[in-house]
Amino acid sequence: MSEILKRVDLIFGEYSDQKYKTLEKTIKRPNDDIIKDILDSGLRGRGGAGFPTAMKWKFTMEQPGDEKYVVCNADEGEPGTFKDREILTQVPRKVFAGMAICGKVIGAKKGYMYLRGEYRFMLPELLKEIDVFNTNAQELDIDFTIEIRMGSGAYICGEESALFESMEGKRGEPRNKPPYPTVSGYLSKPTVINNVETFVNVLMICRIGPVQYKKLGTRDSRGSKVFSVSGDTPIAGIYELELGMPLEKFVEEFGDGDTKAVQVGGASGFCVPRKKFKDTIIGFEGVPTGGSMMIFNSSRSMYNVLHNYLDFFEEESCGQCTPCRVGCQQLRKGIEAVKRGDKPITYLEQLMKLSETMKITAKCGLGQSVANSFSSIVNNFKEEMIY
Amino acid sequence: MTKEINLKIDGIDLIVDEGTTILNAARKANIQIPTLCYHEDLCVAGNCRVCVVEQKGVKNLVASCAMPASEGMEIFTNTGKVRLARKHIVELLLSEHNADCTKCYKNGNCELQLLASEMLTGEPMYIDLVPDKKYTIDRYNKAIIKDDSRCIRCQRCVRTCEELQSVSALDVAYRGNHMKISTFFEHPLFEVVCTNCGQCVNRCPTGALIERNYVDQVWDAIYDTTKHVVVQTAPAVRIALGEALGMPAGKIVTGKMVTALKRLGFDSVLDTDFTADLTIIEEGHELLTRLKKALVDKDPSVALPMTTSCSPGWIKFIEHTFPEYLPNLSTCKSPQQMFGALAKTYYAQKRNLDPKNIVSISIMPCTAKKFEANRPEMRSSGYNDVDYVLTTRELAIMIRQAGLDFASLPEEHCDSFMGSSTGAAVIFGTTGGVMEAALRTAYEIVTGREVPFEGLNITPVRGTEGEVREASILINKTLPEWNFLEGVELKCVVANGLAYAKKVMQSVKDGTGNYHFIEIMACPGGCLGGGGQPIPTNPEIRSKRKSAIYEEDMGMTIRKSHENPEVAEIYKEFLGKPLGHKSHELLHTHYTPRKRY
Repeated sequence: MSEILKRVDLIFGEYSDQKYKTLEKTIKRPNDDIIKDILDSGLRGRGGAGFPTAMKWKFTMEQPGDEKYVVCNADEGEPGTFKDREILTQVPRKVFAGMAICGKVIGAKKGYMYLRGEYRFMLPELLKEIDVFNTNAQELDIDFTIEIRMGSGAYICGEESALFESMEGKRGEPRNKPPYPTVSGYLSKPTVINNVETFVNVLMICRIGPVQYKKLGTRDSRGSKVFSVSGDTPIAGIYELELGMPLEKFVEEFGDGDTKAVQVGGASGFCVPRKKFKDTIIGFEGVPTGGSMMIFNSSRSMYNVLHNYLDFFEEESCGQCTPCRVGCQQLRKGIEAVKRGDKPITYLEQLMKLSETMKITAKCGLGQSVANSFSSIVNNFKEEMIY
Repeated sequence: MTKEINLKIDGIDLIVDEGTTILNAARKANIQIPTLCYHEDLCVAGNCRVCVVEQKGVKNLVASCAMPASEGMEIFTNTGKVRLARKHIVELLLSEHNADCTKCYKNGNCELQLLASEMLTGEPMYIDLVPDKKYTIDRYNKAIIKDDSRCIRCQRCVRTCEELQSVSALDVAYRGNHMKISTFFEHPLFEVVCTNCGQCVNRCPTGALIERNYVDQVWDAIYDTTKHVVVQTAPAVRIALGEALGMPAGKIVTGKMVTALKRLGFDSVLDTDFTADLTIIEEGHELLTRLKKALVDKDPSVALPMTTSCSPGWIKFIEHTFPEYLPNLSTCKSPQQMFGALAKTYYAQKRNLDPKNIVSISIMPCTAKKFEANRPEMRSSGYNDVDYVLTTRELAIMIRQAGLDFASLPEEHCDSFMGSSTGAAVIFGTTGGVMEAALRTAYEIVTGREVPFEGLNITPVRGTEGEVREASILINKTLPEWNFLEGVELKCVVANGLAYAKKVMQSVKDGTGNYHFIEIMACPGGCLGGGGQPIPTNPEIRSKRKSAIYEEDMGMTIRKSHENPEVAEIYKEFLGKPLGHKSHELLHTHYTPRKRY
């Protein structure tokens, strides 16, 4: 592996908090100290959006009231992402310990893990682990228990407010924001909702300290990230790498020598063509990702790739807001019509404008991010859209 | 004290209370922001996105209906970015919508159409999605037609059905491109818990939910010279009809309406008020009889509290939701059905007509009445007691079709007989009205004195929207035959909107609600807010209609049902006595328990 691409072993590494030792130590520390460590570490959410974790916790901590919740978003639904599954299989205790620290900081007695419907097969093992955690928590005198809630296979339920609706037994539809979850989340109570990986990062920051943690990554993207590498690569799999790497190096390492494009961040992320590999940084200062890295070589039709994404969004949109529900259908039908020659090439411009409208008017992240893949693929592979 | 928020909209400085949305703040400054899913009666959905505006310093547009104003916020409602986004959104909606406007019942009264015309949509911007959609039209219901091809998925109907009515017959099904508004297992409306109240129809911005109209059938009857067409009009119609014909809300148009009906060619223009008064006599006696059985005979089988039965939406609701309380319903038919039964018996006899040649039409503020008229038990005259039910809106259509300039029509009186009215009958059109009318009569029967309220206005039972109103009235110095009621405190409760009806029935069920007499109207505000009333509806319009009803009551010379001379006459000539044999045959009914699913 090249020197610039630094493999890291923070998430899966030697220490897996088997005995909940870090948790035991951490819960004795003052909340403000813990928050300060997380703030100093520069940790940003690992689900993709990258909201500073410490701020999220702080806002929730400052909310009045006794009833607060910690929710672990394990609805890993982004196409091309499969790292949470691995984390929950390998090091579930790190996740639970991270949740418990959060519970202590914000004053929540209850944590929920919202597990993707397709991950039901993991349930028996996870339930055993939860029993272990709950027993340990009792022994450590931590007033925090964890429970699992199952999803039912809707991508939209990975959106935090739709996830709460689903947990409450309602139809999984995003809510209007504000109020944000820090003020009104699960059962309309202040809630911290973080990605699986974020909780592990928190635990590791508590263990190694922010100074050590900050040595990894760049100014805007601290720490490491677990990547799910798939597509045209001889070594598909899960890799924990330092953030802030140039995409070029990533392709050198993982590509098959004929890489045409990389879709960074899944269907809702950006497509980076070969000519931009060099200038693209993987991180919050460049192209952010929740971990999905899909590699396409020159045998792939980018029209098909885009069509596939649009099919996905068209079906996975909850359907409540106009731009997303109808916009996705129009984008998919639109590129088909251009391809068939039923619509002029200039119609692509019209569709680009539509995707821009979706980005600024859709109710939630789903509809807002359709434009990411749409415009980056259409802009960079226009010929493939037409011919 | 509420915190005040300073913000700027389109350069105008505004101060609003904390929690005010941008939309409402803008309205305060007379800046109109277009909306589709927003409705004043409902919770905020924020799903159509037509109301987006630009906020300084924020990349994405914000939905003004859902975004609360915050300190120092700067909003722009009319930038190029905003206008383009709104146009795109309306174009998207149109691409999914069966925009064959000339064939739509809501042509000319459609919020989407209005927005499209404002935006000069012209040539479609996007691909027509309608041909690929397998839209269904549910035409199997007698009251309401649901046409999915006209639906813009704003979910006003879903919120109405759940929040205002707690019925939840309509809900969202599927997702993404298949998302639609549907019923339990996609059954037709007549097979589900739908009460036909029509509140969704009142709030649907397009033609997706409409009443089933019988305008042509009524014209055919009028033109048929072998038929004698009688028409009755409900009390809430005369205070709202004007709205559908270009007049302001809250205008009493009784006289003009009668003139219009006569000019349309109805053979006899009569008044549901007459049978409203009759209902009071029958229902009042029924209540007193039940009280006597309970208090004197100690009959444990007598069902108390007794609830009113004139709102057909309420009837279907209780049949589905609280079937165990059907014995508590008054057995009195609704005034519409009493009228129908008498039209083809008493009226036919007196006018020497063959009932088979009578066509009985009613004009109602209600869509559920269409269902009610088609109930199998509503044929006690041997014929359909009521042949066709038209909503206030359909009557307005007929008046326009006939080319009548409604505002300039002279005022006439209803024909006699079965055309006389009292103030008590008029207030049937508002929540608390039946209770008040019943008390005006029952109290007098029992004590021989008028109700002890100034000007007969029993304000404690006058309900308001969004609450359950409880009241009690002490009965003392009774006439000798009613002395078992001496000192009894008659406990009443009034509720409007089925969500509140449910609360009342729940309290009866769990024992916390202790009443003798319950009045329920299915619609917010009572019949004046009925599902057949002119569109739009909102709290302000309904409050104006309500004032008009009480104004009409105050203007009547007779204000007590038992003083209606025609009512006295019908007992003398035809019915005999209240709750008598003939009454039971023609004026009373029974109910059907129904399942929730």
